[in-house]
Amino acid sequence: MIVKIVNKGHYTLWRLRRSHMNALRCVHALTILGNKNRYYMEKHIFEIKNLNIYYHDFQAVKNVSVAIPSYVITAIIGPSGCGKSSFLRSMNRMNDLIPNAKLTGEILFHGVNIYDPLISEVNLRRRVGMVFQKPNPFPFSIFANVAYGLKIQNIKDKAMIAERVEESLKRAFLWDEVKDRLKKPALELSGGQQQRLCIARALAVYPDTLLLDEPCSSLDPLATAKIEELLQKLKKEVNIIIVTHNLQQAKRISEYVGFFNSGELVDFGPTKEIFERSAQSMVGRYIQGIFG
Amino acid sequence: MFFSTALKKYNLQTNGPNAVFLILVMLSFCFAIAMLFMLLASIFYDGFLRLSWQFLTQFPSRNPQMAGILSSWVGSLYLMILTGIIAVPLGVGAAIYFEKYAKKNWFNHLMEINIGTLAGVPSIIYGLLGLALFVRIMSLDRSLIAGAFTLALLILPIIIISSREAIRNVPSFMQDGALALGATRSQVIKTIIIPLSFPGILTGVILSLSRAIGETAPLIAIGALTYIAFLPESILSPFTALPIQIFNWISRPQILFHHNAAAGIIVLISITLLLNMSAIFLRDRFDRKNSK
Amino acid sequence: MYKHTFQTKEKIIELIFGFCGMFSLFITLGIMGIIFWETTLFFKEVSLFEFMFSTQWTPLFSIKHFGVLPLITGTLLVAGIAMAIAMPTGVLMAIFMNEYANAKVRRILKPVLEILAGIPTIVYGYFALLSVTPFLQKVIPSLSGFNAISPGIVMGIMILPMVVSLSDDAFGAVPKEMKLAAYALGSSRFQVAFKIILPAAMSGVIAAFMLAISRAIGETMLVAIAAGMKPAFTLNPLVPIQTITSYIVQISLGDTPVGTLAYRSIFAVASVLFIITFIFNVIAQKLRHSLKY
Repeated sequence: MIVKIVNKGHYTLWRLRRSHMNALRCVHALTILGNKNRYYMEKHIFEIKNLNIYYHDFQAVKNVSVAIPSYVITAIIGPSGCGKSSFLRSMNRMNDLIPNAKLTGEILFHGVNIYDPLISEVNLRRRVGMVFQKPNPFPFSIFANVAYGLKIQNIKDKAMIAERVEESLKRAFLWDEVKDRLKKPALELSGGQQQRLCIARALAVYPDTLLLDEPCSSLDPLATAKIEELLQKLKKEVNIIIVTHNLQQAKRISEYVGFFNSGELVDFGPTKEIFERSAQSMVGRYIQGIFG
Repeated sequence: MFFSTALKKYNLQTNGPNAVFLILVMLSFCFAIAMLFMLLASIFYDGFLRLSWQFLTQFPSRNPQMAGILSSWVGSLYLMILTGIIAVPLGVGAAIYFEKYAKKNWFNHLMEINIGTLAGVPSIIYGLLGLALFVRIMSLDRSLIAGAFTLALLILPIIIISSREAIRNVPSFMQDGALALGATRSQVIKTIIIPLSFPGILTGVILSLSRAIGETAPLIAIGALTYIAFLPESILSPFTALPIQIFNWISRPQILFHHNAAAGIIVLISITLLLNMSAIFLRDRFDRKNSK
Repeated sequence: MYKHTFQTKEKIIELIFGFCGMFSLFITLGIMGIIFWETTLFFKEVSLFEFMFSTQWTPLFSIKHFGVLPLITGTLLVAGIAMAIAMPTGVLMAIFMNEYANAKVRRILKPVLEILAGIPTIVYGYFALLSVTPFLQKVIPSLSGFNAISPGIVMGIMILPMVVSLSDDAFGAVPKEMKLAAYALGSSRFQVAFKIILPAAMSGVIAAFMLAISRAIGETMLVAIAAGMKPAFTLNPLVPIQTITSYIVQISLGDTPVGTLAYRSIFAVASVLFIITFIFNVIAQKLRHSLKY
């Protein structure tokens, strides 16, 4: 069984060797993996069954069932207010924070229902990272930002933290730009750099999955290109689910696309297929800019 | 011609009331400023000559020329430190509870109104509470700690209200960032909320302590008005405080004691103004930093 | 991913914060419990009818009368004079600061007001007794050394910053669009200030008045120093009077043993004071909550 996980990507293997702590976490993952449908898990990181999300009386997500494949970039598109952000936030239970939000259905992460009462949303979020629409670095130094996720896991080993910060910044293509000013406030960085810092911050705790909620919507085209390039590289290491309102972006970077409209998942499939569908379908019309 | 009369800048019908208003405003300001000036002038005129090193280092005495404020300013200092130690953790803790834990229901709405109301309860009533609860029931007698408890109850609502405001001003996307990295609620509070709201909380604390140091009525109510010619040795020692010493001197018939009172007031005002100005300065700097 | 790792610790922390939160409730209950308990003991010896309708308050004389009316009139007299000064000037200043003053003037005025608000009340007491009263005696020769008018005027100055800053907050809460719409229709600044902003912020201004009145009624040192210690059932501002608060101070200054009628009487008048200020405060809180646009 260990072999199976190792096969999932070289990062997992590398992680396994890395340190005692990470080895422990992998063992932890194994116990979860041991539960059921092992075969299915290999292919799908999330399996969502009959998901409904309500705010008060408003139903934001309507009966969505989908399996999200692993180690590809999955893009979620759709007009604004269609429930795509709610859908994304439900995958690391950030929706729990919204008062009056109610959720029914199941979301299986590695085969385990993350809304099971026994599951801790805190531990879940340590494995399913999230990057927000607006870059939100903490008003600390660049170093402290990346180290934050480790600090809250009570990791005290300074050498290890320094190593991990450097590695995460490198993984986020930010190291060369900031290596001389790690102690400077993160808020002095440009918008694109801030967003990459947020990605580095999320990567530092070794998540399996990264959820990105319109990460480029407040950035200029150059910064956007940089982040797209980064995501292309990262998809070999982590699962990426990205919400975007930019169809060209979805087309450029994603292997799979899900299309939401007024709370329903209208279509889901490989990007090429979806974009080649006939102009008659709702998706087609949206893609061609007729509505939305 | 037609427009010239209609668009004329000055006409009595629209500008008449305006002019009356402005004159009244000017009169109000002149009145307020004149009173303030008179207040400061009369106190400085009466008390300035009594101010000396000796005045600060002598115990009170029957001879007005020999009397000093040593025991009272030391008492005030101890009182303020003890009050802060008691009230700040409770007040900030309560503010965190109401902002971050309490659910929005009728009970917490009631508590909110309750705190607002407590802030408006006359200080003498807190004095009577202190008299009955600390001096009599807990038999702490007229000690430093009884006074500190009483003043702590008095400033607690003020600290809660200002700390809540400071905590509310921490942007929610900062907290989301931390939560998405898998921080628990208490970790978010410790690593994000408290550091970011610290200047605001500190401002409120300084302002409330400056209020506590000038309070006279509750201390009189708990019976602290005694002739004290020694420094407090423990928290259970009897004490006197600066405003009490001033009140004592004002209520004597001899004019020389009135001059002592004025000198004491100069010391008291200098302390409170220093505290208030540092709080205002702190807040302005914080506001400017935030708006950047 | 399982829960147990954090749950206990998080629960304990929440309980600690919850305790801090509930503490304010304990204070309220403590105040009410103690004051009302001593008050009921007081009313076992003095009839409620005498307390409410007798016009004499002589608890320290050999023939004791416990009519609270003189203390109430004294309290209201001083507070009334203070409000007559603070209300109009405060609102005018707040309107000026909100609609007329530019940012620079505001940046100077606001801190000045806050500093004024931070002056301890005993300082105002000194000022009223030793500066304002002698000055007024030159104008009104019949004025006695202790009176209601001098502390009333000084109290007006004292609560002015409070009225200004609370009304200013209320005016600031009026939506900008409302003002812009009025300006676009050709209103002058004066019209906008008095016909749009003032009515729109009225509940906030009234809340400010309520809080100021409650503060004026509860103010202690100023009246204890400058208004005298002689209960009088009068509305004449030129003679010595006694307020509820200064009566409490008077008894506290003497060494009154626990359990005596005089000791209990301060709790009885304090409960009157508490109820009055409580009502004003609750109304103010309600009005301020209703203000949010």
